[in-house]
Amino acid sequence: MKYTDYYAALGVERGASPDEIKKAYRRLAQKYHPDVSKEPGAEARFKEVGEAYQTLKDPEKRAAYDALGQRPQGEEFRPPPDWAQQHGATPGAEDFSFDGVDFGDLFERFGARGGRGARSGSFGGGSFNDGNGKLPGQDFEVPVSISIEDAFRGTTLELNLSMPEYDAGGQLRRVPHNVKARVAPGAVDGQRLRLPGKGGKGFKGGRDGDLYLDISLKPHSLYRATDHDLYLDLPIAPWEAALGATIEVPTPGGAVKLKVPAGTSSGQKLRLSGRGLPKPRGGAGDLLAVAQVVVPGQPDDNERRLYEQLRDGSQFDPRRRFGGEGA
Amino acid sequence: MTEGEVLWLDEHRVVSLAELVEVSGLTESELLELVNAGAIPVRESRDAVYTFSARVVTVARTARRLRNDFELDTRGLGVALRLLERVSDLESEIARLRAELPRTGG
Repeated sequence: MKYTDYYAALGVERGASPDEIKKAYRRLAQKYHPDVSKEPGAEARFKEVGEAYQTLKDPEKRAAYDALGQRPQGEEFRPPPDWAQQHGATPGAEDFSFDGVDFGDLFERFGARGGRGARSGSFGGGSFNDGNGKLPGQDFEVPVSISIEDAFRGTTLELNLSMPEYDAGGQLRRVPHNVKARVAPGAVDGQRLRLPGKGGKGFKGGRDGDLYLDISLKPHSLYRATDHDLYLDLPIAPWEAALGATIEVPTPGGAVKLKVPAGTSSGQKLRLSGRGLPKPRGGAGDLLAVAQVVVPGQPDDNERRLYEQLRDGSQFDPRRRFGGEGA
Repeated sequence: MTEGEVLWLDEHRVVSLAELVEVSGLTESELLELVNAGAIPVRESRDAVYTFSARVVTVARTARRLRNDFELDTRGLGVALRLLERVSDLESEIARLRAELPRTGG
């Protein structure tokens, strides 16, 4: 397994007092807690900080950690042969193997014996021991990005996860955890889904944890989603804007005809009711086509003549409300 | 690969107080304090039996994380949840306004 320097993660000396450790944790937690911080990589950083604090704040765990010695961050190592037995990291410690054990999970078992489990900070749920050795599996929260097309039609997600699972000796080991989840049409950005019993496995009959999916919509080349409504830029020619037109417009359900009224200006929203994303219990959002009057960048001679005719013959003043001020 | 039952945590699904206790990791008394503080909205209250929209599962789980990770009491949690809700509302409003803005600049 790879060694993790918990003191470095918290930015404290190895001899730091419990109070110094707590202060360092609080400072970093406020900066990186995923519920509070929007910094890139905050969740991963908070996981390191939380894991370090959960180990170093507990004198028993800290002693066991210190007994592993000081090593370079990320160094491959195996704990000394008698380490698990000496520190009671797991029942049946004399036969304990470290194969497949994640460094962060090594200390998890310490706290599982009494009351709420130690691992906060991870987005796993709390662990309880009911006194019979039963331990519930951890809950997991997983961000999932889907396309607007998938949100429209529904999709089946195939998630290949790695989750800590208690082995027969009560030690957590990382195991592959593959879950399929059918997401019905109608998911929007920020939609949360719960898959009961699809989180980490419980131990000795403890209930399995849940899996939570946090859905986000991938950026799309045409549409911008807000809740179930979709916005689409609709480029129109000046004559279509002035005279009106019927235009074919893409929607996730297929192209539809849209009537652009005469006298449409840039920024005007033209609504196609029920052509946005479907709602899970029926109905659908709208598609709002935002008109953008686009002029030819390089008008040819004929277009230029026609524009000049229009300029000379029109009374239209697009800046009338300026009233000549500041001219 | 196993297929899981998928529950939507939205306003259409109703959860009981007992279910909310189970999935959030908060105690019943902590949840009731947050309800009384207005940080967790009740869908229906009849004869002191509360039901909630499944949306609040996310709020309650956030509360449990904040309680564990910052050692907050329920008063602190109530304030933090209300502020997070305001931030979330403002972010939604910004996202909606951004969606309305053309990409091409007209």
